[in-house]
Amino acid sequence: MKIMMLVLQFLFLVLAAPLICGIIARVKNNLRMRKGAPVLQPYYNIVKLLSKDEVVSSTASWVFRIAPAVVLSSSMAALALVPAVIAGNSANLAGDLLAVLFIFALGRFFLALAGIDTGSAFGGMGSSREMFIASFAEPCASLAIFSLFLRSGSTNPEMLGIPGPVQVSTVFAALCLIMVIIAETSRLPIDNQETHLELTMVHEAMVLEYSGSSLAFIEAGSYIKQIVWFGILAHIVMPSAVSASSGLVPVIGSAALFGGKVLGLAVCVAFLEVFIAKMRLFRVQDYFGFAGILGLFAVISSLMGI
Amino acid sequence: MRFMADPLSVFFLAVIGLVSVPSLVYSAGYLHGQFTRRRLILLHSLTGIFMFSMAAVVTSADIIAFLLAWEIMSLVSFFLVLFEHEHEQSVQAGLIYVIMTHAGTALLIAAFMLMYRYSHGFDFASIGVACASMPQDVRNLVFIFLLSGFGTKAGIVPLHIWLPYAHPQAPSHISSVMSGVMIKTAIYGMIRFIIVLLGVTEAWWGNLVLVLAAISCLVGVIYALMEHDIKKLLAYHSVENIGIILLGVGACMLLLTMGQTYCALLALIAGLYHLVNHAAFKGLLFLGAGAVYKATGTRDMEKMGGLIRNMPWTGALFLLGAMAISALPPLNGFVSEWLTLQSLFLGAMHASSGGYKLFLGIMAAALAFTSGLAAACFVKAFGITFLAQPRSPQARDAKEVSLSMRAGMALLAVPVVMLGLGAAWVVKALTGVAGNVLSLDTAGVSFGPNALILAPASGSQTYLSTPLIFAGLAVFGAGVVFYYRRINKRAVRMFKTWDCGYYRLSARNEYTATAFSKPFRVAFAFLLQPYRRTHKIWESFYQVRSFKYETHTTPVFKKYFYDPLLQLIFSAAGFMRRIQPGSIHLYIGYIFATVVLLIALMRKF
Repeated sequence: MKIMMLVLQFLFLVLAAPLICGIIARVKNNLRMRKGAPVLQPYYNIVKLLSKDEVVSSTASWVFRIAPAVVLSSSMAALALVPAVIAGNSANLAGDLLAVLFIFALGRFFLALAGIDTGSAFGGMGSSREMFIASFAEPCASLAIFSLFLRSGSTNPEMLGIPGPVQVSTVFAALCLIMVIIAETSRLPIDNQETHLELTMVHEAMVLEYSGSSLAFIEAGSYIKQIVWFGILAHIVMPSAVSASSGLVPVIGSAALFGGKVLGLAVCVAFLEVFIAKMRLFRVQDYFGFAGILGLFAVISSLMGI
Repeated sequence: MRFMADPLSVFFLAVIGLVSVPSLVYSAGYLHGQFTRRRLILLHSLTGIFMFSMAAVVTSADIIAFLLAWEIMSLVSFFLVLFEHEHEQSVQAGLIYVIMTHAGTALLIAAFMLMYRYSHGFDFASIGVACASMPQDVRNLVFIFLLSGFGTKAGIVPLHIWLPYAHPQAPSHISSVMSGVMIKTAIYGMIRFIIVLLGVTEAWWGNLVLVLAAISCLVGVIYALMEHDIKKLLAYHSVENIGIILLGVGACMLLLTMGQTYCALLALIAGLYHLVNHAAFKGLLFLGAGAVYKATGTRDMEKMGGLIRNMPWTGALFLLGAMAISALPPLNGFVSEWLTLQSLFLGAMHASSGGYKLFLGIMAAALAFTSGLAAACFVKAFGITFLAQPRSPQARDAKEVSLSMRAGMALLAVPVVMLGLGAAWVVKALTGVAGNVLSLDTAGVSFGPNALILAPASGSQTYLSTPLIFAGLAVFGAGVVFYYRRINKRAVRMFKTWDCGYYRLSARNEYTATAFSKPFRVAFAFLLQPYRRTHKIWESFYQVRSFKYETHTTPVFKKYFYDPLLQLIFSAAGFMRRIQPGSIHLYIGYIFATVVLLIALMRKF
């Protein structure tokens, strides 16, 4: 029964992942007084890409060919570890939140290699920048996780969300994680998903040579990565997962609450993106310096017991 | 001279064997046609003595045997660094190496003499007894001597200066043994002499080791990012990985003084685990780099590219090693870095004061930073070397290396995978070793509910299972492949890379290693102090024919630490010259004065 529920939850999250992106894009467009694409546009994009032929660069090797599979499977593997609707996720026997960080690193590693593999300067540039940003994100995420760990005594993502009134340390950790998430999901002010301007793109530069279903898999991978991060953050700020055996009504309520939390985060991110300009690449270290200080505040306030 | 084989020694013997055997297999192909027969015999006998001396280091049971083996190991490895002495770099590297390693040995001898003063015996058992009754300031002094002596061999910052010169200069199979195993004997020395014999009583010892470890991690990986010589890059990563190992060992030392034996045990297991992992993947990577060197005749990454097409086996095996060292699941580097993070976290949880908790948390963040930077560095190392288009004729014409070289690499690829997937078994085996080191009864200690799942702290619900992660990745990956093969019937067309309508996209348009590391150079400018040099070659007074543009980074440790030290030594030598003017009368006077002084001293004691 529980396993069934968990599988259902997994499928629900996979299917809902592109929706978040659609909602963010729609909110952004509406804030800019534009009509905007339909909320379901990411789904249309994926379907469209899956039905297209594919062009592969003749200078690329097998690394380029397998990268989409690695990206998608690493995102899915990370998704299985996320606490969302059902409590007591059995998949957490396979890994904790630190493992999620490393699993994402696997997908990123291959995507960065694929960027270099095509031999275009864009790809190499994107890879270099992506790895640069990611390496700075890692210590900040680790500090935030550490501050939560000090209170929960576990790095199991589910245990990191501590029920009860929100503590100061949780707020700092959440702020730190939001900054990490913005960078990891390639959003403003670190990266801009909407641009294809050579000098500013990071993630888009890496995947420039992909087309057809390979591109669809990579896009799906990044949608899933986004919902993984949003889900983790939502759980940390306000844990709401319920036990699978507590009946259908609480489970549906929990699912609705989860959806609401993630939706709220998506709207927050959309607002942030509209009001922030992109940062120079060489200010990324300052951005993460700030995130790291928030992480340190989180650790200190957690040590103070607040 | 006595020898022994307790669990710690056996563990290190296993590590030595793990790397030595594959590199010997590899050397058969690697050395083919490179040297004359006489030099080959010399090289093989030196290699044999080298491996044997390492085994003697980790099994000796008294300090005389230990020092003897240690010196043989140092000298033979010096000869091996110097083996290709027709290159000027080798001579230079050998010189730096022999000076540094002997300075280290001198410090060790000083430590051993202090220990002997209290034990009056050379064997470890009597030293262990005597160490317990040493005055605290002597213990501190012995610790400092041991740490700096072994630290020189291990290559911790700022004593790492020789490592990036010496390791790459030796023949590649020797580089792999030096980086994979020889520097680990220093870790053995630290564990044996500091933790087992001396006994950790002071908290600042562990703090010092942790701080040095974190600095080594970060400095090692940042310098590696700047490096475009593929073997030098790997050597800098040895500095980094020694730092990661020492994070585990240092956390163990710190936690021992707090009485947290369980956390200390976990930290030591994490350190030992990373030690064997590093031996496996660094051995593999050095062998891979050697294969690239053999095939292209260069170690400069900027002249490589596209090698994966001509050298598919080497490429795939190097990629595996690169993934492992970047701590990507489900391979071995991931498990040990995860365990180190967990042990730092758990140690912080049980640490005695808030300051220590914060300190250990920052250490964990430093480790996370290191693994992120290492992943970036290996995207560069693998991507620029093996992917895209060849950047030089040598790279274009490279051929796959011989069977024995591939077999040597494959022999090291097996433990890279197995140590990752069999994490729970490895931890179980290491529990015995670490328990023996800390003289704990580990019969009831278990780090996991079954043979698939690791659980660093019972009851905390923190789990890790690399087989399950691998299964997950494999299932989803297989789904994608299935989709490509069966469901998706769309055509795949090969076409040239998008060139913005330029139509002449060549290897010159590719991103280079220098360009790849540019953001890091800017971000870490405070440490690297990069500078540029532009040369203009003038056609005439008005016109520049061509530009030559170079970027360099300042060797900070050499410039601000070793150069002033060298200056100091030179000026001291200059002073000594003044009292040695060559007059025999004066010398006789010196001898007379010494004799008088000695007699006077004899009377006093």
